[in-house]
Amino acid sequence: HAEPLKYKSKKKADKNDQEKQYVGFATLPNQVHRKSVKKGFDFTLMVAGESGLGKSTLVNSLFLTDLYKDRKLLNAEERINQTVEIIKHTVDIEEKGVKLKLTIVDTPGFGDAVNNAECWKPITDYIDQQFEQYFRDESGLNRKNIQDNRVHCCLYFIPPFGHGLRPVDVEFMKALHEKVNVVPLISKADCLTPSEVKKLKDRVREEIDKFGIKIYQFPDCDSDEDEEFKQQDKELKESTPFAVIGSNTVVEAKGQRVRGRLYPWGIVEVENQSHCDFVKLRNMLIRTHMHDLKDVTCDVHYENYRAQCIQQMTSKLTQDSRIESPIPILPLPTPDAETEKLIKMKDQEVGFLKD
Amino acid sequence: ILLVSEEKRNLNLGGHVGFDSLPDQLVSKSVTQGFCFNILCVGETGIGKSTLMNTLFNTTFENEEASHYQNGVYLRPRTYDLKESNVHLKLTIVDTVGFGDQINKEESYKPIVDYIDTQFESYLQEELKIKRSLFNYHDTRIHVCLYFIAPTGHSLKSLDLVTMKKLDSKVNIIPIIAKADTISKSELHKFKIKIMSELVSNGVQIYQFPTDDEAVTEINASMNALLPFAVVGSIEEVKVGNKLVRARQYPWGVVQVENESHCDFVKLREMLIRVNMEDLREQTHARHYELYRRCKLEEMGFKDTDPDSQPFSLQETYEAKRKEFLGDLQRKEEEMRQMFVNKVKETEAELKEKERELHEKFEQLKRMHQEEKKKVDEKRHDLEEEMHAFNRRKVAAESLQAQSLQASAQLPLKKDKDKKK
Repeated sequence: HAEPLKYKSKKKADKNDQEKQYVGFATLPNQVHRKSVKKGFDFTLMVAGESGLGKSTLVNSLFLTDLYKDRKLLNAEERINQTVEIIKHTVDIEEKGVKLKLTIVDTPGFGDAVNNAECWKPITDYIDQQFEQYFRDESGLNRKNIQDNRVHCCLYFIPPFGHGLRPVDVEFMKALHEKVNVVPLISKADCLTPSEVKKLKDRVREEIDKFGIKIYQFPDCDSDEDEEFKQQDKELKESTPFAVIGSNTVVEAKGQRVRGRLYPWGIVEVENQSHCDFVKLRNMLIRTHMHDLKDVTCDVHYENYRAQCIQQMTSKLTQDSRIESPIPILPLPTPDAETEKLIKMKDQEVGFLKD
Repeated sequence: ILLVSEEKRNLNLGGHVGFDSLPDQLVSKSVTQGFCFNILCVGETGIGKSTLMNTLFNTTFENEEASHYQNGVYLRPRTYDLKESNVHLKLTIVDTVGFGDQINKEESYKPIVDYIDTQFESYLQEELKIKRSLFNYHDTRIHVCLYFIAPTGHSLKSLDLVTMKKLDSKVNIIPIIAKADTISKSELHKFKIKIMSELVSNGVQIYQFPTDDEAVTEINASMNALLPFAVVGSIEEVKVGNKLVRARQYPWGVVQVENESHCDFVKLREMLIRVNMEDLREQTHARHYELYRRCKLEEMGFKDTDPDSQPFSLQETYEAKRKEFLGDLQRKEEEMRQMFVNKVKETEAELKEKERELHEKFEQLKRMHQEEKKKVDEKRHDLEEEMHAFNRRKVAAESLQAQSLQASAQLPLKKDKDKKK
């Protein structure tokens, strides 16, 4: 909820009764709100997809700023053997007293070379590195100022020119779906008529199921929400993947100045819900689900990474005699069946010795 | 004595002779024969190749949607017989299925190049035949390659550059920007300039509309400056004003395919079909095919002049080559025959050796068997002897026993006898 909760003051009539009943912890949400405003938020968003699909334009449209002022685009010859780079842009933005440290992680070169085998490797490596760094920091002695650089969401841009997902799309999403929240988008949707959009969305959803890709799922809304909210939530879920259009320019349409694209045959308005799903994306990404994306990253993806990491390290420890763990405090692993037997045997031997 | 005047003279005619009808005779002949045109469409799956063909020729060619999961690129030619007024056109449309879908696209251009070369080769073979019928031949050589560029708005893709470089010396390439209704006017201008500059700086030769024929110089020159054409295709019709036009209907407006301020479709149709179709065929035959033929023949060892600078005729060279080839063939045959004979000898020797070994073994076994038999016989003999000996002792013992029994039986009788007395 965007609005800060204000507790309603009780009527003074039943003062005696109510004073006994009213404890006051209903103010907790308020306190949380106040503290979080003071602390500020951070969010890391990754964008991935071939060049020319409108990623930068969309990011600019989402955050109403120009992040890519002086970038240099490679031409075709330079891209034949291009490798994927990771570029971070960090900006501090503020709105109504709420501060947000926004980091956009760009992946130029993805899918642009002639041979794109394993072109997602630098990206998965980057995500793992952020997890590893957080893991070290979390296990360290001084945990006051941990910087959270973990990637909270990855927007993946699917080209609208084909009939559905291509092999590179499937491979990329499968390489990342257990490391980060993947949100697929249909880019440059202004080349699709409404029926074509529906057909492509259905096809993409079908293929995502077929290939077992686990994209970010919106959490179900509480059963005690009002009908309108539930209806909105249902519509939101049914219109994925979002078909988006972005724009760096403001045009005049029906007497208003709006972000849009000017064509000889009409004006595409980015924020017009009958033109594209940009508003749905913005609402989901920023206004309603930003924190849930962070939570899923912390509670699911990071925890998976951490558990795997620990298991790997302890299995290595039983093999090597030298302990080279970067983690000073290692949690005890649950012993497997063989180790348990060994322990039992040794216990028995000790018992015999005693006798 | 033959006198040949070297000078060419211009003569004035005294009246209307009538050979000005020659072009008409040519036209009438070619109309009777019918025309043939082959288009190759290269572009990613789903980029709009089939739709554009349908729009250009105003028919619906049957086509299933291609899948993105082909292992490689393969070419799919389809031939159609079209008729307009009284002109027959045998149109072949070749599609590149699976282009751009693989993760590793390093080999993607190969099937395309191979297909084009194969069509050239067929024609060359026909041309080299002794009994040939070129007038009857169904020419499958590709006359134009429409290269579909994705409307990213930035520049060519790396695959586009690599592929066009491999194709530019084999076929007339006309690059077009597909699905151009996603690019705004200002972006389009920049995009076209960027594409052309990338093609030029990488030495890619695309087809230039000819400017040597005064009738079409002006229009062709202006069109050359507008390349690549930004096209939109559609076979659906939308009502605009009080007419039904081919268009794409969006919530924000209607993109009309034949509206020149919306896209360059009309220009493409004009250039490709209405003005330069014949030139495309000519260029294919006179330039691309001749280049292929020359390279191929040079490869085979033909030269226009031999080391002594004496011009060879094709026939003589061919005969010489043929002799060489047959000689080679014979030599190879001899070699193989020798090899075969040797092999047979070897195998025979081996077999003989094996046979000998087997015999030896057999003899050995036989000897062993005989020895064993002897031993067993001896044993049997011994055993029989023992048996005889035992039998004799048995008989002796039995007779002794019988005797003693008799003796003892008689004794009590005697006693009885004595008692009785």
